Amino acid sequence: MIFVTIGSMLPFDRMIQAVDRWAQETGCDDLFAQIGNGQYEPRHMRWERMLGPREFSQKLEAASLLVAHAGMGTVISAMEAGKPVIVMPRRVAYHEVTTEHQVHTAEWLQDKPGIFVAFSEADLPAALSLAQDHLEMGTTLISRSAPAEFVNKVRQFLVE
Amino acid sequence: MNPKNPRKILAISSGGGHWVQMRRLRPAFDGLDVAYVSVKADYAQDTPGCRFYTVRDVNRWDRFGFFILTLQLIKILWRERPDVVVTTGAAPGLLAIFLARLMGSKTMWIDSVANCGRVSGSGSLARRFVHVCLTQWPHLKQDDGPDYWGAVL
Repeated sequence: MIFVTIGSMLPFDRMIQAVDRWAQETGCDDLFAQIGNGQYEPRHMRWERMLGPREFSQKLEAASLLVAHAGMGTVISAMEAGKPVIVMPRRVAYHEVTTEHQVHTAEWLQDKPGIFVAFSEADLPAALSLAQDHLEMGTTLISRSAPAEFVNKVRQFLVE
Repeated sequence: MNPKNPRKILAISSGGGHWVQMRRLRPAFDGLDVAYVSVKADYAQDTPGCRFYTVRDVNRWDRFGFFILTLQLIKILWRERPDVVVTTGAAPGLLAIFLARLMGSKTMWIDSVANCGRVSGSGSLARRFVHVCLTQWPHLKQDDGPDYWGAVL
């Protein structure tokens, strides 16, 4: 299953529409999308507007690949589950976000194993075929905690 | 630290990535008396056995929201009397550490790892009054803050 998520209620129709079109063109029918308050309702994917943390975890575990906005919450969750992920940054120009930080995040992530970047909806089909050819690669699986050194420094401040 | 009287910590963050980063810091609170504050009630599933408060999610343009949030935070701070308040952002965390500073708590701002190009606007404001302001990117460290101690990744 390909799990498509925009991470919150803020619409990101540009991404949802592009993945839906890809699903139609390729005939891939095993997609699930979390679409928030978007106006566009997918016709070639199952979808929900919002998922609670438990439902999100279930979809994540069941997925072989994620397509997501370039938000760190989603990216970290994908890494904690060891799942490959395609990220597409939300852009200020389309009122999808208030700063361009997702573009910076995407630039930083683009050479990480198991992470594929589509800077615009036009890049998504190529990213989807590339990612599907490399599903076995996965993401670098990370533990569910911050590195011990950082945790210890923060803790030291808390207890001193 | 006196084990019979552990430090009281209040850990506050917005939703999404801010909360996911706070979740990764949970081991820093082991054995301490920690209460969590965030913007979605079902995040309490991530912190079993801990006190959890839900507050209104606001952004900088939501004046009425800020008013409600301020009342909610004062109530929580009054009840918890935390020794330290730590936040991973964004707006609710900024307001919380500002109020906590006035009430005498130690305060810490951890700027989101998403801010790799520059420190967030909230982080720049926090830097002026918090005890410790951290960026998670070494190249954004500055002599007069923010400091860099590492990252949640």
